[in-house]
Amino acid sequence: MPETAASALAEQFATPGQQEEAATLGIWAFLSTEILFFGGLFLSYGIYRVTYHNGFAEGSRHLYFWIGTINTFVLLTSSLFMALAVHAIQDGNAKRLRAFLLATFVFGATFLGLKLLEYYLDTGDHLVPWYNFQPNEYSHPYAVKMFLFLYFAMTGLHAVHMTVGLTALTYLYIKARKNTYTESYHTPVKVIGLYWHFVDIVWVFLYPMLYLIGK
Amino acid sequence: MSAATFIEESPTGVEPPRHPKQPDYLHDGYGLKSWLTTHDHKRIGILYLIAITFFFLIGGIAATLMRIELVTPNTDLVTSETYNKLFTLHGVTMVWFFLIPSIPSVLGNFLIPMMIGAKDVAFPRLNLLSWYIFILGGCFTLYSLIAGGVDTGWTFYTPYSTVYSNGHVLAMAAGIFITGFSSIFTGLNFIVTIHTMRAPGMHWFRLPLFVWSMYATSLILVLATPVLAITLALMAVERFTGVGVFNPSMGGDPLLFQHLFWFYSHPAVYIMILPGMGVVSELIACFSRKRIFGYKFVAFASLAIAILGFIVWGHHLFVASQSIYAGLVFSILSFLVSVPSAIKVFNWTATLYKGRIFFHTPMLYALGFIGLFTIGGLSGLALATLAIDMHVHGTYFVIAHFHYIMVGGMLMAYLGGIHFWWPKISGRMYNEKLAQFSAAVIFVGFNLTFFPQFILGYLGMPRRYPAYPPEWQVFHVLSSAGASVLAVGYAIPLCYLIWSFFFGRPAPQNPWNASGLEWTHALSPPIRTNFEEIPIVTKEAYDYPYPETPNRA
Repeated sequence: MPETAASALAEQFATPGQQEEAATLGIWAFLSTEILFFGGLFLSYGIYRVTYHNGFAEGSRHLYFWIGTINTFVLLTSSLFMALAVHAIQDGNAKRLRAFLLATFVFGATFLGLKLLEYYLDTGDHLVPWYNFQPNEYSHPYAVKMFLFLYFAMTGLHAVHMTVGLTALTYLYIKARKNTYTESYHTPVKVIGLYWHFVDIVWVFLYPMLYLIGK
Repeated sequence: MSAATFIEESPTGVEPPRHPKQPDYLHDGYGLKSWLTTHDHKRIGILYLIAITFFFLIGGIAATLMRIELVTPNTDLVTSETYNKLFTLHGVTMVWFFLIPSIPSVLGNFLIPMMIGAKDVAFPRLNLLSWYIFILGGCFTLYSLIAGGVDTGWTFYTPYSTVYSNGHVLAMAAGIFITGFSSIFTGLNFIVTIHTMRAPGMHWFRLPLFVWSMYATSLILVLATPVLAITLALMAVERFTGVGVFNPSMGGDPLLFQHLFWFYSHPAVYIMILPGMGVVSELIACFSRKRIFGYKFVAFASLAIAILGFIVWGHHLFVASQSIYAGLVFSILSFLVSVPSAIKVFNWTATLYKGRIFFHTPMLYALGFIGLFTIGGLSGLALATLAIDMHVHGTYFVIAHFHYIMVGGMLMAYLGGIHFWWPKISGRMYNEKLAQFSAAVIFVGFNLTFFPQFILGYLGMPRRYPAYPPEWQVFHVLSSAGASVLAVGYAIPLCYLIWSFFFGRPAPQNPWNASGLEWTHALSPPIRTNFEEIPIVTKEAYDYPYPETPNRA
């Protein structure tokens, strides 16, 4: 193993290979935790979607379909750049790594910005179940309220994860500017990349569940 | 290998302790700061030991007050509302702040890296962070206690907890939510450590069974705890915002909360017994001087219990309007858990058979575990039977059942483990006679406390009631008397273990002549990196002299 890799070796490990294996398994174990963390919300959604089939569709029609759709494209593009960033550093190209990390960050931040805009518009439309929801405007008030609560809970939890991801990207970018990552040592890029893709995949499920069921 | 030599047979002077080049972990840095910023898994284990002992005392005080209240049939010591807060406090602290972190976070942290021949866990900083998260969660829970308590019971059933309860539900739920992440990170750390940090030659079937059981436990910690986290978060949001996810008057389903809660909390029951099983496997083999009978069966039984534990939660909902067909399926699945559990009990018993048995304190706890766990497990079969559960659901029968598992099982195993590894942890020996005496006191006190509760439950005494008909007083008095004996039994080890930590006779490297790497290759107490050089493993686990030796007495 090259010296650069050994210099980043924590004392508890014997070899850089062992360290990389531990980090990779660690993030996969963490992602399995995350799946079950979101799983409780997905189960609640599933049960109430079956119970209040039409009410959920009614609620879905009040969301901003165009923002959700644009955001889906924005987030998938950010994931593409993340994959390219990992690919770049595997080839040892630190310059391309920095560029792709920056692109990932910009698209991720755009997603969050659009999401906040959507929340703002939702509030104006009286869609916030615990704040200004107007039950008598809907034919299935309970179901629409439940749907909107789950919409805010699931996209809110997703947005929290996006914020964590953007923070991690900032960390990666600062480190990358110091040329910390090389062809032989780039485990953090890989690990945060996996996390980023996971958050992206959650959205891939959220988009049809929240925006498309009323179509 | 030489015949079994125990500390009594070979006094400490015979084998002079080696002079380590490095200080042991207790003397590798002094002062509070060196402890609070440590990355050493052994020191973090000690930090957990102190923290959970504190929470055990709080939970114990709540239990004591309840048992005093129950001496008389009327509510005279505390009001009904205070009683509700007491059993909630008892449940919450004992489950989340004592039992779940007990063996995993204390003994698991201390032992897993040493048992597999590693210098530390895979993520030492995350390990320390887990402890701080645990303490933060504990602070929230203590706050809710000081602010006035919570009266929902440890299960937080909706819509009572979200709409009607006046207690500080949010603070306590926040405490449990936060502490959950401590569990998750600890489990994650153990899984990665066991997969990637094993010493050369330490392949999977050479791992001590304690490591196997901790691996199975960690799977549950990582996969079940997040569901509790999101469930409590939903509950808290509903209480805060009044949205009604679990409130039937607003279109929600309270049964969904129960399903989500038990999807975590039933596997959590196995978090509270699997580590104990791992400890008992170590103790039985060591004090029988015998290889464990059916190593692979015991190892895979741990995994089987962990997996089956995820698909039996519905037996908590037999009388909660769950469909009868779901009830039947969950009943059958619950019976299945008894198969791997019984495999373990039979294999421990078979290990004892023709072994050379030493009745040292850890062994007394281990033998106590086998008996009490068997009673707890068999009464669990009764509860998994639909027809019987209809009769005893929500009674003291359930209370007695799970206390036989959690206190008779897990707590006995925890104390056995603490006594077994105390020479390694502290570098000191405790007073053996006193320790044996207190083990006996705990056994008697435990049975006196909880056996009458089986009868009470069968007679129909519901749980969570501060008052009861006078004809049941005799059983409640027996139970309360047992609780006082039990309290004495816990107080004695607390005193002599603390005493021995400072003034005990220095322990040799391997007082029990046990076979694990933590005994054969690490000093008592170990150095910061556990081993002077990473051991190369060439032997099976439990390399004890029996049953190979042909002419045993």
